[in-house]
Amino acid sequence: MENAAGEALTAEEGAILADVARRLAAFDRERANLIPILQTIQNTHGYLAPAVLQLVARHLRLPPSQVYGVATFYNQFRFHPPGRNPIRVCMGTACHVRGGDIILENFERKLEIPEGQTTPDREFSIERVACVGCCALAPVACVGETVHGHMAPSKVEGLILQVRIARERAEREKKDHADS
Amino acid sequence: MPTAEKATVQDRFEALRTAAEAHQRACNPDHRPTIQIGLATCGIASGALETKAAFEEALAERGIAACIHTVGCVGHCYAEPVVVIDHPESGFPPIFYPQVTPGKAKMLTHLFLEEGDPRFEHLLGATIPNDLIPSVTDFARFNREARVVMAHCGRIDPGEIREYLAAGGYAALAQALQTPPEDIITTVATAGLRGRGGAGFPAARKWRLARSSPDPVRWVVCNADEGDPGAYMDRTLLESTPHQILEGIAICAYAVGSQRALVYVRAEYPLAVTTITSAIAQARAMGLLGADILGSGFNLEVEIFQGSGAFVCGEETALIRSVAGYRGMPHPRPPFPAEKGIDGHPTIINNVKTLAALPPIIGNGADWYRGMGTADSPGTAIFSVVGDVLHPGLVEIPMGTSLRTLIFDICGGIPNKKQFKAVQIGGPSGGCLPAEFLDTPIDFDSLQSAGAMMGSGGMVVMDEDTCMVDVARYFVDFTQKESCGKCTFCRIGTWHLLEILTRITRGEGREGDLETLETLAEDIKAGSLCGLGKTAPNPVLTTLRYFRDEYEAHIREKRCPACVCRPLTAFYIDLEKCARGCNVCEGCCPVEAVFITRQRKRAIDQEKCVKCGECLVACPPEYDAVRKVSPPGLAPVIARPPQDD
Ligand SMILES: Cc1cc2nc3c(=O)[nH]c(=O)nc-3n(C[C@H](O)[C@H](O)[C@H](O)COP(=O)(O)O)c2cc1C
Ligand code: SF4
Ligand code: SF4
Ligand code: FES
Repeated sequence: MENAAGEALTAEEGAILADVARRLAAFDRERANLIPILQTIQNTHGYLAPAVLQLVARHLRLPPSQVYGVATFYNQFRFHPPGRNPIRVCMGTACHVRGGDIILENFERKLEIPEGQTTPDREFSIERVACVGCCALAPVACVGETVHGHMAPSKVEGLILQVRIARERAEREKKDHADS
Repeated sequence: MPTAEKATVQDRFEALRTAAEAHQRACNPDHRPTIQIGLATCGIASGALETKAAFEEALAERGIAACIHTVGCVGHCYAEPVVVIDHPESGFPPIFYPQVTPGKAKMLTHLFLEEGDPRFEHLLGATIPNDLIPSVTDFARFNREARVVMAHCGRIDPGEIREYLAAGGYAALAQALQTPPEDIITTVATAGLRGRGGAGFPAARKWRLARSSPDPVRWVVCNADEGDPGAYMDRTLLESTPHQILEGIAICAYAVGSQRALVYVRAEYPLAVTTITSAIAQARAMGLLGADILGSGFNLEVEIFQGSGAFVCGEETALIRSVAGYRGMPHPRPPFPAEKGIDGHPTIINNVKTLAALPPIIGNGADWYRGMGTADSPGTAIFSVVGDVLHPGLVEIPMGTSLRTLIFDICGGIPNKKQFKAVQIGGPSGGCLPAEFLDTPIDFDSLQSAGAMMGSGGMVVMDEDTCMVDVARYFVDFTQKESCGKCTFCRIGTWHLLEILTRITRGEGREGDLETLETLAEDIKAGSLCGLGKTAPNPVLTTLRYFRDEYEAHIREKRCPACVCRPLTAFYIDLEKCARGCNVCEGCCPVEAVFITRQRKRAIDQEKCVKCGECLVACPPEYDAVRKVSPPGLAPVIARPPQDD
């Protein structure tokens, strides 16, 4: 098989497609299942690859443009692989009046990627979200599933560092484990 | 209905309740101390899981037998992690502790649970009036509230249906099932319940429309899309008292004759999705949902649909499209969803809070409900009061309470000795009200005539450091991005509004811009199909009405009076006040814009400064050396000394 760019599939893409095909079988071929299907796939793989959208379209017997049109309408869906630690910065009202945009800029600066992208090492990605529902703690940023309240520009570097240190430690332990 | 059948419903319900009460008693037979911890999203974000772990560890270490009781959110989000310790043997009543860090948890385990000293300096108060210690009911934050919908929030474990049953839950459903549906609708009509999702439409009127339909297949949808940025009460209810919502859904479904219900909850609320999913399974297992509920012959299946983060999908017709697997584009009404909704069947869509108000209304009667609130807006309202207030969180108050009482008495007013500037009510559809409106009673009609609107209940309080032009630009940016694009005025009009507002906040405003904003705003209102477009200009119109001078300062003087719009503002350090060598500002600056002057004081490199304001917050109050000015030309220019490397 080939990916959307006509290149041979990477092992990762191949594995995703195989899994998606398996998951699709559990859904009736009904239009009303489109959004739940996309959600299930994104929850498992973190994003919707173009080839995946093709598979979904074929399963539901819909033109791919319909599937793509629905997926792009909703803010939740991503079309690029997220980082292992997706960072979501709240841009809701409470967070805005308390400087949320400056927090976002600071993440962009420290990670050297614009919002919507993933770092080359796939460790982090940055996204803006409209209110995570913790407005009393504004400004808020999430790293993975963890919500961090009362954010400040000066806390950004610390958060990134924490993740990197935890990862290094985990790798060291894995290595020690393998050595022993 | 024959009496034998009536008895069955009641008997079955009583059996469930008795079993639940027995289960409650069996949980803690020897009256051990109980530690109650709030584990809703805001509690977890403040570290409640670490606090819980610390308690568990300390209890195990010291060999103390105590129960840990996890609950949802009490609404006191400013005080998270919130812990209530009930230690009957100590002689003290249950005590409310705010901000319980793991360290405090270990200390309290030792000093209170072991030695009986409740540590006065850490407590907020007892949860009930008593002779020993002050109680929280002395504070406005507690005694001005009227908890109807939130009565169980932060008191019961949302993951345990028996706690809700033992607290009186599902009794209203049992009662409703023994009453003719028409009578339920009449009760709701007499109670005067108006929808809490924004527009305040009378719930009973909508229900009658669906009930009178010839189509036997009908749907009830609980709208938990909560797209309003700055509002989170629906999330909190789902996470704290899911069964009350399910009970409300069941009462509504029974009244309108529906057997299918859908909870439409946004996917951004993972904990809420988990909580409501497990609540549905538990209620089903107990026969409180599913087939032949409590032996009444009434069937109801409740499903969950996860919204995918499109604000417009909170709108009823758009919501229905998205459930069918399409882009969430609204369509013109009539037909109303109550006539033709999901799959063409009559569909009642009500907000979470509307549905959660049903059990107390049915249980206590229409007159009881009418006894609260105002004549045209009976009952209570839940607000998430956030932004520049001392005690942000969720507050449930009787309708008719003034904004002043809510913001100043209940939520503690504005912190840091700042002045109140405005309160934004109703999110992107609402408006900003200045201080003159503080005595306005909070109800649907008063807010509407002031130019704001009740909306879903998000209230963002803003102090003098907020720029109202920036706030208007923020909301238009939001609605512009969220417009579904169907109506030209909504799609292009908001884009044009945004372009003008952005120019103004950059200091590139022109004479005539304000007039253009006004006419464009009116056109967008008139030319849009759904509520999103129709209300999108409200934040612009109210700020123009009440804060026009601020717009004019931006346009004519290229100045942002609140020093918020970054191109119009600069930070500098007052060299007279700066303590040489105190390094705080330099350490906190995220872009290394602070440098050392020849006199060893600190100054800001205007080229590098990103105007984040960290140094201003960080500079110790005894020096208070960092200043903000607008226009930026007013900042003294200090050159960076040549680097000696
Ligand atoms: C753009 C837009 C977004 C809306 N978002 C929500 C929402 O998130 N939650 C909600 O309950 N109602 C929302 N509404 C209002 C609903 O369309 C509907 O009026 C409401 O759910 C009816 O419930 P109620 O009668 O209980 O208020 C929105 C309306 C519009 C126009
Ligand atoms: S007013 Fe805006 S959001 Fe509503 S239908 Fe029209 S384009 Fe869509
Ligand atoms: S924090 Fe304040 S006092 Fe300290 S060096 Fe900076 S400006 Fe001066
Ligand atoms: S506005 Fe940021 S969490 Fe709600």
